[in-house]
Amino acid sequence: MHPIVKTVIQRLMLGVFTLFLVSLIIFSAIQFLPGDFGEAVLGQSATEDTVAAFRKELGLDQPAYKRYFNWVGGVVQGDFGSSFSGRASSGVDRSRKVVDLIAPRLENTLFLASMTALIAVPLALFLGITTALYRNSIYDRVVNAVTLTTIATPEFFVAYILILFLASLNQWLPSLANIDASMSLGEKIYKSALPSLTLTLVIVAHMMRMTRAAIINLLASPYIEMARLKGLSSRQVILRHALPNAWAPIATVIAFNLAYLVVGVVIVEVVFVYPGVGQLMVDAVRTRDIPVVQASALFFAGTYIMLNLIADIIGIITNPRILHPR
Amino acid sequence: MSDEQTYSAAGEVGQVRQRRTRLQRIWLDLKKAPPTAIFGMLVVSIYAFVALFAPFLAPHGEAQIFKEPYAAWGGQFLLGTDQIGRDIFSRLIYGARNTIGIALTTTILSFAVGGSLGLIAAINQNWVDQVMSRLVDVLMAIPSLIFALMLLSIFGSTTWGLIIIIAMLDSTRVFRLTRAVSLNVVVMDYVEAARLRGEKLPWIMRREILPNILPPLVAEFGLRFSFVFLAIAALSFLGVGIQPPTADWGSMVRENASLIQFAKYDLKGAMTPLMPAAAIALLTVAVNFIVDWFLQKTSGLKDEQ
Amino acid sequence: MSNKAAAKGDILLEMKDVVIDGFADERWNEIIKGVSLTLRRGEVLGLIGESGAGKSTLGLGAMGFARPGCRLTSGEIIFDGIELRTMPERKKRKLWGTRIAYVAQSAAAAFNPAHRLLDQTIEASLRKGLVSEKEAKLDAVALYRAMQLPDPEHIGFRFPHQVSGGQLQRAMTAMAMASRPDLIIFDEPTTALDVTTQVNVLASMRDAVEQFNTAAIYITHDLAVVAQMADRIKVLRYGEEMEEAETREMLKSPKHPYTKSLWSVRSIHKEPKTSDDYILEIQGVDAAYGKDVKVLHDVSISIPRGKTVAIVGESGSGKSTAARVVTGLLPPVKGQVVFNGTPLSPELKHRSKDQLQRIQMIYQMADTAMNPRHTVKEIIGRPLEFYLGLKGARQEQKVIELLHKIELDEGFLDRLPGELSGGQKQRICIARALAAEPELIICDEVTSALDQIVQEGILKLLLKLQEDLGVSYIFITHDIATVQAISDEIVVMYQGKVVEQGLKTQIMTPPYPEYTQLLLSSVPEMDPDWLTNLLKERAEKKAG
Repeated sequence: MHPIVKTVIQRLMLGVFTLFLVSLIIFSAIQFLPGDFGEAVLGQSATEDTVAAFRKELGLDQPAYKRYFNWVGGVVQGDFGSSFSGRASSGVDRSRKVVDLIAPRLENTLFLASMTALIAVPLALFLGITTALYRNSIYDRVVNAVTLTTIATPEFFVAYILILFLASLNQWLPSLANIDASMSLGEKIYKSALPSLTLTLVIVAHMMRMTRAAIINLLASPYIEMARLKGLSSRQVILRHALPNAWAPIATVIAFNLAYLVVGVVIVEVVFVYPGVGQLMVDAVRTRDIPVVQASALFFAGTYIMLNLIADIIGIITNPRILHPR
Repeated sequence: MSDEQTYSAAGEVGQVRQRRTRLQRIWLDLKKAPPTAIFGMLVVSIYAFVALFAPFLAPHGEAQIFKEPYAAWGGQFLLGTDQIGRDIFSRLIYGARNTIGIALTTTILSFAVGGSLGLIAAINQNWVDQVMSRLVDVLMAIPSLIFALMLLSIFGSTTWGLIIIIAMLDSTRVFRLTRAVSLNVVVMDYVEAARLRGEKLPWIMRREILPNILPPLVAEFGLRFSFVFLAIAALSFLGVGIQPPTADWGSMVRENASLIQFAKYDLKGAMTPLMPAAAIALLTVAVNFIVDWFLQKTSGLKDEQ
Repeated sequence: MSNKAAAKGDILLEMKDVVIDGFADERWNEIIKGVSLTLRRGEVLGLIGESGAGKSTLGLGAMGFARPGCRLTSGEIIFDGIELRTMPERKKRKLWGTRIAYVAQSAAAAFNPAHRLLDQTIEASLRKGLVSEKEAKLDAVALYRAMQLPDPEHIGFRFPHQVSGGQLQRAMTAMAMASRPDLIIFDEPTTALDVTTQVNVLASMRDAVEQFNTAAIYITHDLAVVAQMADRIKVLRYGEEMEEAETREMLKSPKHPYTKSLWSVRSIHKEPKTSDDYILEIQGVDAAYGKDVKVLHDVSISIPRGKTVAIVGESGSGKSTAARVVTGLLPPVKGQVVFNGTPLSPELKHRSKDQLQRIQMIYQMADTAMNPRHTVKEIIGRPLEFYLGLKGARQEQKVIELLHKIELDEGFLDRLPGELSGGQKQRICIARALAAEPELIICDEVTSALDQIVQEGILKLLLKLQEDLGVSYIFITHDIATVQAISDEIVVMYQGKVVEQGLKTQIMTPPYPEYTQLLLSSVPEMDPDWLTNLLKERAEKKAG
C-alpha cells in the first residue's frame, strides 16, 4: 500500500478512536449526576414511583457499559433520547425528542457558520499573506494593532458595539436574528448579517495573525533565499516555492479557526437570539437538561474533531516526504 | 605561533555585560519599555488597585438595592442603576474584585496542576508521559467552552465549581506547553551532565530545568489569564458562570443588554452594558501588550529574519 | 592551477570599500567594514575566516544581495561594468541565477522539498528564455554526469529528501552551472560533509569551474580546503581584511600573525607513549538504540592510565555512542565496561557516587553544557559540594584555585555563561570536570566548535593538566589535526566497528587497513597540489 494511504487511514482511525473516547466522556456525564436528580427534574412533589420510572427510563438500574452501548446505539440511529424538560411530578411525560429539538437548529447553526467562513477565510488569508509580504510597513502595523485589539476583546463586546452602531443608532440591520425555515435565502442572510459580521471580525483577527506567522516562518527558509538568488520574481518565489509548502500550515490555521468558530457561535447566538444549537445548549445547561446538553456537546466536539482531522490529512497529502517516499 | 600574537584566555573577547543588580536591570528594562507595554502595566496596576480596595472606593454596596430601577446616569448614581435598582458604578468596582479574583485563582490552580504534571511528563518520558499526553489529547478534542458548559450542567454553577472546572480544562493547555518547553531543556547537555554527576531528580527539576522554563511560562501565564478571564466572563454572560447577587462584568453585560436598543433615546443608558464589556476588553488588551513585550524581550526573537 | 592566475582575463568583479550593516540590538552595526576585492574572469578567489568574520555576508554582497536585516551601506560593487549596490532589485534579478549563481552551505535546506531536482536545476536557465525546456533538461543531465552523480539520467526526477547530502551538494553545483554563469559564489559548500565525501565533491566542483572557465568566490573556514580551489586567498576577520596573497605565497609565507594562527593546531606535537596499566577497558560491547538500530558491533577499546586515546571516525561511526556506553547513559546489549579492574554497572543509576566521580565528561557545545542561569561559581562549585562536601568559603577558595588552573581568575566567579567567550566557556567546562578530581575525562569533540587559535589554547591546557594531574582522556573527534596534536593512541571506527587501535605513530604510518587509508588520505593538507596528487594516486591505483 502506498504509505500515504496508510498514513491517512491511520489518522482516520485515530479520529474515530478520539470520537469514541469523547463520546465516552460525554456519556459518563450522566454518571456524575447527584442522587436526588430525579426529584430535581420532576419537581419536589414527585412520587417514589414516578422517580423510579424516570430512573428506569434513564437506565440507571442497568450496569454502565450496557447503558453506554444503548446510548451509542441510539446516537448512531439518530436517537438521543428525550429531553428532561416537559416532565412533571405526576409522571405525565410531555417531553420532546432531542432530535426534534436539535435538527432544525443544526441547520441554522451550520448556515451561520458557513456564511461566516465564506467571508472570513478568504479575507483572513488575503490579509495574512499581504501583511507577511509587506511586513513592517504601515499597512502591516495598522492591521496588526487592530487585530491584536480584536483578539483580546470578548465576542459579546464586539457584538454589542455592532448593535449599537448598526442596529440601534442607525437601524440598518436587525439586531434580532430570529430566522426560521419559512424565510427566503435573502431574508435569512439579511437577518444573520450582524451575527455573521461579529464572528467574522473575531475569526479574521485570529486567522490573519496565524497565517502571517506561518508565511513569515516559511519565507525564512533557506530554499526561499535560494529561489530569490536564482533571480525569480517575488510572484514566482511565492507561487512556485512558498505556496507548495504552505498548504499544511494554512490548512492547520483554517481548521483551527473554524473550530474556534464553532465555539464563538454559542455566544453570538445568545446575543442575537439566533435559533441555533449553541443557544439551545446554553438554555439546556441552565435548566440542566442533560440529554440535550449531551447531544449538543457531541455535535460541537464531532465538528471540531472532524475539522482538525481534515487539516491533518491535507498536511499529510501535501508533504512531499510522504508523497514521494525514498 | 609567533611572538607577536600573545594569547590569554582571560583577555579573550567575550560579550561581557556590566554587572548590575537585579533591581537595576528591571529598572533599565522598564525605562526601555515601548509605550504599549507601559500603557498595559498602567492599566493592570489600576485594576489591581481597584480590585484590592473595592469596598473603600465603591459609593454603595455590592448588592444594595435602591428603589429606582434603570435610574439615569448622574445624580446619586454615577452610571445609573440596573434592572432591580443596584448602583452600576459600585457593581463595576466590585466586579473588578470578583471577576479578576476568580480568574486569577483559576489560572494559578491551572498552572499548579498543568505545570507540575507537564514537568513530570517531560522528565520521565515513560508510560506516565504517554498516558497523560494521550489523555490531554482527548480532552483537548472537545472545545473547552463546550466542555465547560457540559460540566456546569452536571455540577451546577457554584463559584468553586466554576473555578475547578475551568482550571482543569485550562490545565491541559498548560500541561502541553510546560511539557514542550521542558522537553527542549531536558535534552540540553547540562541536564545530562547533572544526571552523570549523580544528581537526584528533584534537584535537577528545581535547579537545572525550572529556571530555564520560567520565562515562557510567565508569558503563558499572562495569556492563559486573559483566556480564563474571557472564558469566565463569557460563561457569566451566558448566565451559567458567576451567579447573582455577586457582581461580575459578564453578567452585568447580559442584565443590561436590552438598554442598547434604546440608544436613540438615551445614548448614556445604552452605554451602561458596554461599560463592563469595555472593562473586560481593556484588561485583556493590556495584559496582551505586556506579554508581547515580555516575549520579545526574553526570547530576543522578532518575527523578522 | 595557480599558475593560470596571471593568464586570466579581464576584471569581472570589483568591490571597493564595501560596508555592509546588520541590524541587531535596536541599531545598525557594521558587519563588513570597508573591504575591497578584484576578481578576473575564470579566477577563483578564496575567502577565509572564522565564525563571525562576515565571509557569507561579503559573498552575498558580491551579488548585490543583502539578507533581510542587512543593508549594503556604502562602497562600490561593480560586476562586469554594472554597479550592483544601488541597482534596484528588479534589475539585479536579471543577473542572479543567470550570470551570477550561488551555491549554499546546506544543500539539504536550500533545495525546495516540494519540487524535483531537475525542475529546480533548470529553473533559472529557462527563465532566461534562451533554451527550450527539452534542451535545458538534456543539459542538466550532462551536468549531473560531469558532477559524477550516480545515474545522471534519472537522478533529476528525485526529490531532495531522496538523495544523500554529498549528492545534493553536487546537484546544487550543477544547478548553479546550468545557466553557465560568469561568477559562482560557493558558500562553505563542503562544511556539512564528511571528509571522505568532501574529496569527491571538491574534485567535481573544481573540474566544473575549470571546464567552463567560471570565476568563483569560494568561502570557507578551512585553509587546507580553500588551498585546493583558489588561485588567490583573502583572509577576513571581524569584517576586515587581514591579508590577501596568491595561494602558494600565502601557504609558504603568511604575513599577518592572524593568518599564521590558522595553522595553530597543526603546530602542536606530542610524543606518544603508552602503558600496560589500563584504567578503562571496553570489552566486546554491542549497543543499540531502541530494539532494531544496532550502532556498535563487538567494540573493544582499552585506555592506558594517564594517556590520551583518540577515537576517530566520521558521522555514524559510533564514536559518540561508545562514550555513552562508558558513561552509562546507554546500557550495552552485550559486553561490559571495566574501570580500574572492576566491571561498571551497565546502567547509570546503579553506579556508585565514587564511580561517577572518577569519570567526567566534557561536551562539544560548551553553550549547552552549562546552565545559562547558573554563575561560574555555581557551575564549578556544585561538583565540589556534591562529591567532596565543600561549602561556603572553602568551596569558593577551591573554585578560585580551579579558575587559576584553567588560566582564568576570580573576576569570573559571578559571570553567567552568556557573558563568556567560546573558549572561556569550554575552559569552565574543563574546570567543572576537574572539580570532581576524576581519573578519566571523556572529551566529546571539545574543540570542533572553536576557532583555531582558541582550539590550540584548549588543547595545550588539556595536555598541561594531564602532565600535572596524570588524568587519562578519551578524545572523540573527526579532526585528524587535533588527533595529531593530543593523542597517544588512536582508535579508528567505521560503521560501529573498531577498524584498528594502536600507538599514534603506528596508526599514522603505512601499511594501513583500507578504511584508515581512505580516511587519512581524505583529510585535506596545506598543499595546493594535494587534491590533484590524491586524485592521480587514486586513479592509478584503480587502473593498476
